Amino acid sequence: MTVDRDIIIIGGGPAGLTAGLYAGRSMLNVLMLEKLSPGGQVLTTHWVENYPGFPGGVSGFDLMDKMKDQALEFGLTIQSGEVVSIQPGGPEQDYHRVVLTDGELTCRCLIITTGAQPRKLGLPNESAMVGKGVSYCGTCDGPFYRGMTVAAIGGGDTALEESLFLTKFVSKVFLIHRRDEFRGTKVLRDRVFRNDKIEVIWDTVVTAITGDDKVTGVALKNVKTNEASTLPVDGVFPLIGVQPISDFVKGVVKLDDGGFITTNESMETSVKGIFAAGDVRSKILRQISTAVGDGAIAAFMAEKYMEQLH
Amino acid sequence: MSDALLHVNDENFDAEILKSNLPSLVDFWAAWCGPCRAIAPVVEELAKEYANKIKIAKLNVDENPKTAGQYGIRAIPTLILYKGGQIAEQITGAVSKTQIENAIKKVI
Repeated sequence: MTVDRDIIIIGGGPAGLTAGLYAGRSMLNVLMLEKLSPGGQVLTTHWVENYPGFPGGVSGFDLMDKMKDQALEFGLTIQSGEVVSIQPGGPEQDYHRVVLTDGELTCRCLIITTGAQPRKLGLPNESAMVGKGVSYCGTCDGPFYRGMTVAAIGGGDTALEESLFLTKFVSKVFLIHRRDEFRGTKVLRDRVFRNDKIEVIWDTVVTAITGDDKVTGVALKNVKTNEASTLPVDGVFPLIGVQPISDFVKGVVKLDDGGFITTNESMETSVKGIFAAGDVRSKILRQISTAVGDGAIAAFMAEKYMEQLH
Repeated sequence: MSDALLHVNDENFDAEILKSNLPSLVDFWAAWCGPCRAIAPVVEELAKEYANKIKIAKLNVDENPKTAGQYGIRAIPTLILYKGGQIAEQITGAVSKTQIENAIKKVI
């Protein structure tokens, strides 16, 4: 049976673009499906300081533009498309079917690099308040809060970085964290502690977002004392980590308890010929640098897999 | 760049969008916003595909604070669909083409 493509890559962040670069250099017939335009979560990062090769840092935009251009140089085709589901191959069928909102494609190998998206707090009115004071991207929406007071929630690198970025615009950031220390890296912790505009509220969770047309504040609970309080703010930035974009492969490949795709160190999923790389994969560190490594391995293993098909 | 995609500003917003005979979709964006950049090609495609059915426009929130302020834009990208000068649908964030199309189909 002739298939449309040797390899289909789903998702155009750093993992997908690296897989596309490697597969393109191997002269494979490779297509990337991206529902928006390539770049992924890096596009919401103002300044990237921990990707090697860029002393002084690089803007998230520029880095992803360069990654895309480099993959295109080696023949990667990028098509706008949204994947609904996968019909995997099996012992009798050495190809996979990719179902899109507007058609179907077949391929020998599939590399899933759909990444992750910001995790929600899970409060009832949270989704309704997006755009009315709730935002998951300080880099995008910080400038709308000039001179205002905002609450940032979280304790990892993203929460610390975004809180620092927000201080360029806002008069005050309350950084609310459920524990009594941050997970984020020391260099960021130090910057947060030194910043006069950031006030850390330890051992505290947000129990409600108040306001109708726009956010007016948050209700808080101290997890150690159970003491409840309220805090008037104009904006709420939940920065509490990510959730994988893997619903479309639920029941197809094995996922971990968090919904991330389980692979071995060769990026192989539980289904032969389906690989996963980057943030969507079950792993300990989600960074551009680790996504890029995953993407290279996935493309290499996909090529090996195809060699043994013939 | 598609001719179908219109650029509106504080001056012509009323005439082009609110007084438009056709329903319209306005993409509130800014140069510094990554997700705005991600959604831009989708908006351009839709402008071509739905030409003559809906007016699709972009408004730079930095250059046009009056209109952005009037609609209380607090996050971008925000897509607002207008019909008869009134807000018919509003979408915040970089959503998929299908989601935008579903909203368009409701107003045309």
